[in-house]
Amino acid sequence: MGWPKLFVAGVIMVLLALWELACRGLDLPVYILPPPSRIALVAVVKARLIGPHALATAMEIVAGILLALAVAIPLAIVMFAWPALERALAPFLVASQAVPVFAVAPLLVVWLGYGMASKILMAAVIIFFPITVSLLAGFKSCDRDLRLLFELMGGNFFQALRLLYWPWALPHFFAGLKVGVSVATIGAVIGEWVGAQQGLGYLMIQANARLQVDLVFAVILWLSVMGLGLWSLVGWIEGRVVAWR
Amino acid sequence: MLTVADLTKHFDAAPVLDGFSFTLPRNGFTVLIGPSGCGKTTLFDVLTGVVPKDGGTIRWNGRELGHLGTVAAYMQQKDLLLPWLTLAENALLPASLRREKHMAAARERVKSLFARLGLAGFEDHRPATVSGGMRQRCALVRTLMFDRELTLLDEPLSALDAITRRSLQSLLLMLQRDFRRTLLMITHDVEEALLLADRVLVVSAAPMRIIQDLALPTQKPRRPDNPALIALKETVLARLEGELDHGVA
Repeated sequence: MGWPKLFVAGVIMVLLALWELACRGLDLPVYILPPPSRIALVAVVKARLIGPHALATAMEIVAGILLALAVAIPLAIVMFAWPALERALAPFLVASQAVPVFAVAPLLVVWLGYGMASKILMAAVIIFFPITVSLLAGFKSCDRDLRLLFELMGGNFFQALRLLYWPWALPHFFAGLKVGVSVATIGAVIGEWVGAQQGLGYLMIQANARLQVDLVFAVILWLSVMGLGLWSLVGWIEGRVVAWR
Repeated sequence: MLTVADLTKHFDAAPVLDGFSFTLPRNGFTVLIGPSGCGKTTLFDVLTGVVPKDGGTIRWNGRELGHLGTVAAYMQQKDLLLPWLTLAENALLPASLRREKHMAAARERVKSLFARLGLAGFEDHRPATVSGGMRQRCALVRTLMFDRELTLLDEPLSALDAITRRSLQSLLLMLQRDFRRTLLMITHDVEEALLLADRVLVVSAAPMRIIQDLALPTQKPRRPDNPALIALKETVLARLEGELDHGVA
């Protein structure tokens, strides 16, 4: 472990220790602010309660990521192939992100119901934008001389896309995907807050209503671990796919 | 034969090419040399169709073409190898892109060219794992795999160290002799021009025009310490310095 990682780990340990000492020293009630040791304990002890909800949220997030990819990749390609289309679609793309997801969530629940569909769509709406923008930027950043070389070699657009643009844009794509998966939990959890029968967002609302603040924090811990896990998984795949870097 | 007549290109009303004309005989090795910024790269951009010409004609073997993009192979100072492909895959790109029916034969050809250019055993290496000289030799194989008689070389050796450069100069001579290519090369190196070319076109500052058309003896390889070559080098350098002074004045 290098010194930057040791430094970060040290800072986190110090902050957790201060939090723990503050809770115990000030004798704060658990329903106001539980100490980190209690949160960790609840996260483990209540794993059988949290686990199924986490699985539901994870499925929504993964499905949201897949849906976002299914939309973002073709969209980036067509916008790259037809710059006029990019100019036409750009305002709608920006508008889709300018509207707070909290505003859209109730509508999606009304339209798609309390099941997973509304949460998947919510996650996808949040994820697809960074992927589309990053991938498009990657395509556009392709070396001018390489583009010229492909033209001179007689390559058509689809050949250039497969052999040049796509591999060239992969690091940008993964950068966008990492941002996407980092915020994917937001879409799913907000959807569950608005209306759901399962999921970590649903469990948080239930625990909050019962003043089980330690359980709320434990769920947040699970969400953080899921987010970190997804982020690391994307990083691992990137390392495999973009091994030539 | 390549015939370029009255080629014109302006950028923001400033003429870079203004009625530029020249001819290249088949299987010849012609080098274009001139001061920086005189428009040599613009000439290649116009010839390859990267930028449209404002006027003039380009004829290849009697046929008038808008540009040479479909009939010329092109090699640059940068090797332009794709880092995600192996050296052999990079060299095979022209054959892959034209969907050659006999890819096995193309692979064999690449293998044989790799052996000839000292790249045998490195077919499966990625560009990042080999030296700059090896990458440039691989780029040379790829240029040959275009299977086009006319080859445009835009300072292909200028980024290399002196030893690698010398070895690649020999390879260029060998390739011209054995593969019967018509070569047009841009370089800033007068000695390189005089060692390799059958003909050297010394050009002026922009708007570019030919100020000296030197036909060189056919005997190759030439030695850089040849007194006649040294005298010629001084003459060309004096012309180029004169152009620079003219540009500064």
